[in-house]
Amino acid sequence: MKKFTLSKPAKDRYITYGMLAVIALVVQLYITYGDASRSFKGLLVPTCVYILAAIALNLVVGISGELSLGQAGFMCIGAYVGSTFSVMTEELIASSALRFPLALLLGGMVAAVFGFLIGIPVLRLRGDYLAIVTLAFGEIIKSVFNNIYLSTDKNGLFFSIGVESKANHEFDAATQVDYIKGAMGISGTPRDSTFLICMVVIFIAMFVMLNFIDSKQGRAVMASRDNRIAAEAMGVNVTRAKMTAFVMSAFFAGVAGVLYSHNLNTLQASTFNYNLSIQILVFVVLGGMTKMRSVMIATIILYVLPEALRGFNLSNYRMLIYAIALIAMMLINNSAAIKRVREFLRAKFARNKNVGGEV
Amino acid sequence: MKKILALVLACVLALSMVACADTSNNGGNAAQTGDAQGNNDGAFTGYIKIGGIGPTTGGAASYGTAVMNAIKLAVDEINAAGGVNGMGFAFEWQDDEHNAEKAVNAYNTLMDNDMQVLIGTVTSAPCIAVVAEAKEDNIFMLTPSGSAVDSIAAPNAFRVCFSDPNQGVGAANYIKENNIGTKIAVIYNVSDPYSNGIYEKFKAQAATIGLEIVAAEAFTNDSATDFSVQIQKVKDSGADLLFLPIYYEAAALILTQADQANLDVAMFGCDGLDGVIGQLGDKAALAEGVMLLTPFAAIGATDEKDIAFTNAYKAAYKDEIPNQFAADAYDAVYIVKAAIEKAGVTDASISCSDLCDKIIEALDGLTFEGVTGTMTWDIETGEPNKTADAMVIKDGAYVAMSK
Repeated sequence: MKKFTLSKPAKDRYITYGMLAVIALVVQLYITYGDASRSFKGLLVPTCVYILAAIALNLVVGISGELSLGQAGFMCIGAYVGSTFSVMTEELIASSALRFPLALLLGGMVAAVFGFLIGIPVLRLRGDYLAIVTLAFGEIIKSVFNNIYLSTDKNGLFFSIGVESKANHEFDAATQVDYIKGAMGISGTPRDSTFLICMVVIFIAMFVMLNFIDSKQGRAVMASRDNRIAAEAMGVNVTRAKMTAFVMSAFFAGVAGVLYSHNLNTLQASTFNYNLSIQILVFVVLGGMTKMRSVMIATIILYVLPEALRGFNLSNYRMLIYAIALIAMMLINNSAAIKRVREFLRAKFARNKNVGGEV
Repeated sequence: MKKILALVLACVLALSMVACADTSNNGGNAAQTGDAQGNNDGAFTGYIKIGGIGPTTGGAASYGTAVMNAIKLAVDEINAAGGVNGMGFAFEWQDDEHNAEKAVNAYNTLMDNDMQVLIGTVTSAPCIAVVAEAKEDNIFMLTPSGSAVDSIAAPNAFRVCFSDPNQGVGAANYIKENNIGTKIAVIYNVSDPYSNGIYEKFKAQAATIGLEIVAAEAFTNDSATDFSVQIQKVKDSGADLLFLPIYYEAAALILTQADQANLDVAMFGCDGLDGVIGQLGDKAALAEGVMLLTPFAAIGATDEKDIAFTNAYKAAYKDEIPNQFAADAYDAVYIVKAAIEKAGVTDASISCSDLCDKIIEALDGLTFEGVTGTMTWDIETGEPNKTADAMVIKDGAYVAMSK
């Protein structure tokens, strides 16, 4: 039987926080004072976005033991809501220090509301229903946002689903501003996402999630993961526990979406397809599905690897090498021999456990 | 033990692939050209580094590959013919997987590798993301095929192809002026910005000039295999012309399925339709009578330049027929060459920003004759001024439509 000791998680938490702080500090110093290459700087924000999305998904997949394939859908909602908010209020709220946190909160909250709505029917059921519903949800969200048109002119706001009614609508050409342009998405989002903001958001997310996991609610979530019947017998409200984790995950996925959309000048719903959900799931699965920290490290390695390969003369083979790395990581994670080696190393270096700061 | 063996084998495989990558650079897919062969003979005073970005993996790979191949072909031709003002062209390609985020990563990598001119990106959406970056660096950016309006929303960004609205309005006007049809049905790809962009303007223009749209049927990338519903609706609507503002892959399927459904209407498309004959393969007879507005036609070309380009492309890439994308990209390289020649740049170590200013200055008033027609540029907007010819497919070849 699994044993959840109390002192260890607390220690574990501080290692994670320390690691985040070291990464943030070292990288920030490097990009400010060192001669970091442009591709390095360019990769920082996307990496943070995927870390946030992956640790949020880990809350559902790893901690509450449900399979969710809709992470990209929540990111999509967050990205669109946050981006639309920023584009529309860019002149109204000039200071990005005020506007951006609002966009982050708004994007996260709308995503959380959708998470809640999906959770109501699905989390009452047993089995793989969450996977099926979230998969469909992601596809629906993508299709809906692909068809949304939002414009204003002097006569007010125009909103439609589908290009038909927009083509039929008569705009006042002089004052017409298109915010959301169907498949063309949103362009001109202010680029407010910086590495430091991303790290602060990840830190907050990590703090909230790790404290949640160690709270009464969090232990109820894990108990219902390990043995639902036993947990119910002990009086745990399984649906409520899982719902909390799921909504929290949706919230942070939405926030990740906002960060994503404020890093690029353009946003299309087609980005948030099924492949993206699977990619994030891969980060979580190869990160071991338990500790937030290992999910974070797996995300860094797996996201940066194919991009880092661009720089070498291997760019034609980078996707191939990426695939091989995935297989190799899967084998390493689960092979008994490697596990023995790890145990051995752990025993040997038990004293000076290092706090790695790799990026 | 078995797992360790598997792991070792995987590593060996990976290593052998890596080894292959180093030796097999002449495989037609090589990302870099110019540097390697040119540096030794010392024929050039230096190299202007051209970067290219586009999808060579994923769903839109066929477009990116065509552009990459054509740029490579043009660069090799120019270098073989003595370069430009004593300098050669070096070329590096980066894959963006048709993803805005990856396109920016690719752009950053190219900038790290001292790119001086960017030809790209191939697809519209990634282009919008890259244009914001390129604006800050003030690097000359010439997209062969990014047709969305926002794709060149920077003073340093230009394009070779038509813009989407331009095509939609052009198509509607052409149909009206030449009386090709009065009741028009449209099948368009609602998840594709190109298709959507053309359709939106086509519809608006049709209303203005009095063309009746009797059916507008949408499909998405996810449902681009079965068109029986859309075709049936077109049939029921009694349309006499089917307008297809889509790419040739889907168009080939529509033609095949329309034939099976005995749909007998005239069809009209834009430049995305170019390539439909090749896509249909042995069913090419189905494309008979299809009309399209395109500045370039590989099959049945009569223009000397077009024939020379088509032959060179076929010789270099295993008899593959160049499409619209390849033609635009091929022109793009020669446009850069013409502009550099006109600007009189002779120092290859010039910074990308200085080079950009000189190229733009040279583009003002430059008339370029390429395989996609004769064009000049509006320096303010970056749009090309060129005419699209209406072609009709006859006996498996494009024939200019008589007015």
